[in-house]
Amino acid sequence: MLELKNISFEVSADSENREILKNVSLRIDDRKLVVITGPNGGGKSTLAKLIMGIEKPTSGKVIFNGTDITELSVTERAKLGIGFAFQQPVKFKGIRVSDLLRIASGKKISTAIACDYLSSVGLCAADYIDREINSSLSGGELKRIEIATVLARGSSLSVFDEPEAGIDLWSFQNLIEVFQNLRTNIQNSSIIIISHQERIMNISDDILVIKDGSVDLYGPREEILPQLTGTRYAVKGCIKSL
Amino acid sequence: MAKLDDIQRRLLLEVADLHEIPEGAYNIRSNSESAGRRSTENIEIISKTDVSGLEVRIKPGTKNESVHIPVVMTRSGLKEVVYNDFFIGEDSDVLIVAGCGIDNCGNQDSEHDGIHRFYVGRGAHVRYVEKHYGSGEGKGKRILNPGTEVYMEENSSMEMEMVQIKGVVDTERVTKAELGEGAKLVVRERLMTHGDQRAVSRYDVSLNGRGSSADVVSRSVAKDDSFQKFDAKILGNTECYGHTECDSIIMDRGRILAVPGLEANSVDASLVHEAAIGKIAGEQIIKLMTLGLSEQEAEEQIINGFLR
Repeated sequence: MLELKNISFEVSADSENREILKNVSLRIDDRKLVVITGPNGGGKSTLAKLIMGIEKPTSGKVIFNGTDITELSVTERAKLGIGFAFQQPVKFKGIRVSDLLRIASGKKISTAIACDYLSSVGLCAADYIDREINSSLSGGELKRIEIATVLARGSSLSVFDEPEAGIDLWSFQNLIEVFQNLRTNIQNSSIIIISHQERIMNISDDILVIKDGSVDLYGPREEILPQLTGTRYAVKGCIKSL
Repeated sequence: MAKLDDIQRRLLLEVADLHEIPEGAYNIRSNSESAGRRSTENIEIISKTDVSGLEVRIKPGTKNESVHIPVVMTRSGLKEVVYNDFFIGEDSDVLIVAGCGIDNCGNQDSEHDGIHRFYVGRGAHVRYVEKHYGSGEGKGKRILNPGTEVYMEENSSMEMEMVQIKGVVDTERVTKAELGEGAKLVVRERLMTHGDQRAVSRYDVSLNGRGSSADVVSRSVAKDDSFQKFDAKILGNTECYGHTECDSIIMDRGRILAVPGLEANSVDASLVHEAAIGKIAGEQIIKLMTLGLSEQEAEEQIINGFLR
């Protein structure tokens, strides 16, 4: 279970303090799939980064499974079972797909297992396992590899920041299956997905709308989604299934 | 390899990946003496008579054969200059593995200066691997100054892999190449310096023949207080293509100087230089930390990949 208690986050720009998140409190129970939506610049990605520890809140507490993790590093949070898929996947020089999957899983894994992770994100494993994670890969390929590393990590809380962005050639349905499998494969796991896609919201338990740095709406999908349909926070997928 | 002790064997493993006596032709030089040599039907290794060093003669048409000529030094205070010449026959295709490992646990400097000259015959292809490694806790420096000269005939090709990852205190590497018509040279250099080490790598490549090309790429990491200089000069004297690249990571108080040198002496020469120096990108470290690595482990993985 993840709890955010009175989380605020400020940045200074041009000698002015800007409040990105204002006194946000919420709870995400185990076994829940929560979609976070809301206008761009509203604080969604910042919230995700605060959960992973990439950013530290100006005030407030982050509690994970009863432990105060506010002061813990990214590494310590990863070890406690928090995973993170970046909106903009990071590129390396010389590090291969197989290396990243091995690091993610925390142990030596067979090529067959590494290939399974790639296949589940729609990549032909044999073509990718030895590729370097660099600019030679397209944005969509990098994005899927990013998701594969989170699958290999097998965290009890996985955070995905706009996972559908850039996945142009891949069936949207497959992405949805990835989240569903992740749910069934890891006991008591919970998933947070930042997305504007109604099709992803359709598989969620709860929906959280963040607007102007505050919780605008938060509740069960059945209650929240009807209020969002037709707005730009819940767009119909225009990606064709292949 | 009965003449070698454990330290010498370890050095041999580091510089030539050799656990046992290699296949094919070889000469193992240990503390300025030959610790074993074998010539084959197509590859002859003979000692020079005027200076210290070897002549390696590879018959035309020799395919898929290899020559290993590793050097190990474990005696403190030893200084040597060795001249090795390679004559690579036309249309042959061979692997040459050189390299030097120095273990200096004494207080006197140890130095090995290997001067290698390659005469690559028409249509021949050579893959050359050279690794340098130093170890030992003594105050004596471990110094390596390799000199490489490459003379390439028509349509020959050479891939050079130069690696110096650990323990060499001072190195000054000079590589000169002259390429004939259609000749192709590819250099991949990987270098890591730490402590107060200093490494200078200089290239002087002349593209003399029409259609010749050179691609010289250095990837390096400078840690602690170390200093590196990458000085790559390509001369395009005719219709040709030349590319040099220096891609470096600096850490701690490390310093790197990249000096691009392109000289086009013909309107048909096409020459490119790229250089990028910077610290490890913070986002790379954070990505690996989200996968459970500590900051230090993340840095190690990034550097290992970078220097692979």
